[in-house]
Amino acid sequence: MITFDNVSKRYPGGHQALNQVSFGLEDGEMAFLTGRSGAGKSTLLKLLMVMEKPSQGQIVVDGKNLGRLPHQQIPYYRRRIGVVFQDHQLLFDRSVFENVALPLQIEGYPKHEADRRVRAALDKVGLLKKEKMNPLMLSGGEQQRIGIARAVVNRPRILLADEPTGNLDPELAAEIMHLFEQFNQVGVSMLIASHDLSLITRLQHRILTLDQGELVQDAWQSALPTRQEPHQRSQE
Amino acid sequence: MNKPKRTAGAAQHRITARGAMQSAWQTHWRTARESLARLLRTPGATAMTVAVIGIALLLPSGLLLSMDNLRTLSGSLGGVSQISLYLEDEVSQVEAEALSAQLLTRDDIELARYVSPEEGAADFVRYSGLGDILRALEENPLPGVIVLTPAMLDSPAAAALQQELAAQPGVDSVQIDLEWVDRLQRILTLTERASTGLLLILSLAVLFITGNTIRLAIEGRRAEIVVVKLVGGTDSDVALPFLYCGALYGLSGGLAAWVLLMLGLLTLQGPANELLRLYGSDLVIAGPGAGSTILLIAGGTLLGWAGAFISVKQHLAAIEPR
Ligand SMILES: Nc1ncnc2c1ncn2[C@@H]1O[C@H](COP(=O)(O)OP(=O)(O)OP(=O)(O)O)[C@@H](O)[C@H]1O
Ligand SMILES: [Mg+2]
Repeated sequence: MITFDNVSKRYPGGHQALNQVSFGLEDGEMAFLTGRSGAGKSTLLKLLMVMEKPSQGQIVVDGKNLGRLPHQQIPYYRRRIGVVFQDHQLLFDRSVFENVALPLQIEGYPKHEADRRVRAALDKVGLLKKEKMNPLMLSGGEQQRIGIARAVVNRPRILLADEPTGNLDPELAAEIMHLFEQFNQVGVSMLIASHDLSLITRLQHRILTLDQGELVQDAWQSALPTRQEPHQRSQE
Repeated sequence: MNKPKRTAGAAQHRITARGAMQSAWQTHWRTARESLARLLRTPGATAMTVAVIGIALLLPSGLLLSMDNLRTLSGSLGGVSQISLYLEDEVSQVEAEALSAQLLTRDDIELARYVSPEEGAADFVRYSGLGDILRALEENPLPGVIVLTPAMLDSPAAAALQQELAAQPGVDSVQIDLEWVDRLQRILTLTERASTGLLLILSLAVLFITGNTIRLAIEGRRAEIVVVKLVGGTDSDVALPFLYCGALYGLSGGLAAWVLLMLGLLTLQGPANELLRLYGSDLVIAGPGAGSTILLIAGGTLLGWAGAFISVKQHLAAIEPR
């Protein structure tokens, strides 16, 4: 579903955020992306969203080479990917409901269908009762959950999440991760950046570890913490 | 790892063509409503912008309307003008009166009156008060004149008549008092042209006003633009609300201009029509017709939309999610 082939990213300032990263994520697979702060997790996800372009290498998502994606095609590509942003990216001039409904509005869902889906998504993250409130009136964790609801509302085939449990208490964090596993079980491919190692090692999934822009480990949690053969390097 | 069966996902829900049409309508309708609501949320700023656009549109349209009325008026004045036939010195009173009577038989002449040099001198003394000058001269310098009132004539016909009359034996020169009407017509044409120029310049001003207002709106909604682009909004999805805002500014400005025009007309119409009646004219001051009204309002809307379009083209592309 996702293939990174020798991908490097150097920011205009000269900082090498990613260095020769190669890996593949299969259709329906779920993996965590971890590493210290500044390791390049957000950068990797931004490349997947075409918010940044790699300075080297190529990324193929669902058969599409992102380097060759024409500018006009980017929105349509983004519609098929759900993203939970590290900084939420919510709009504070509208209600929780309207925030979650945004991707559906853009895709042009009929109103009744959109309403139904928004409520279902809000129900999943436990915010149904707060749909009319402004996100500003909600806690950091609740805002994060609005972002999650918005990411899944149009049932994307791929879900990317950048620190989706960063602001949540351990119990709620575990609940959200469980929710992600449910999405995965119905076939959604997942890549979740998180440095909450204690949480992600408890879950039985693949873990990709970045260190200073390099992919230093690609393993199953059962294999951690001892270093082992990578589960799956890139295609070649 | 559990191998997933693909049961959910975007593929499951297909948007039908009819549904897509319906939702496109819904999108436009919702965007229009939201844009209006957004403008009404800052009534002061919106009123200012609308007023500026309204005044910019009022000026040229008011001028053009006045021109229209003056032109109708001057057209109707063309018929009451005079033609003066200055006779040669050797033409006697009898000859002159014969010529006058002969001219009166023509279809294009309604009245003819011979004014002898003596009568002319008397008139001159009476009306000018400069009798001493005339008396100081040994001879009466005034020629005999036949004063004609032509039937309704437009300028080219009058010019033709002038040539024909000048060719008559005994006629020294012909002066058409139509000249001032002609001059008025020329002035009107000139003013009309100037008004059209003003219309172009002020249309440009409306374009800039909405363009700039929309630029500020784009700046103010930067976060929203980023989010919409992130969740898959196309450039036109992002642009649509701003285009509606621009069109709404233009529409309101056009309406404001029309209302001001009608108010001006209402206050001026009474006295102006009174004046016309005093001068024996059965003309009345005309307001803008349905066509002009639609043109004004649609033109305003189009200008507002175009201003927004230019602004969107310039500033929206620069805002990309990072
Ligand atoms: N737009 C940018 N321009 C220049 N350098 C950047 C930019 N964005 C990120 N970087 C640098 O790239 C490196 C990787 O950043 P990134 O945001 O990917 O880290 P991260 O792993 O997500 O960290 P965190 O866990 O703190 O979110 C950092 O050193 C950062 O300073
Ligand atoms: Mg990050």
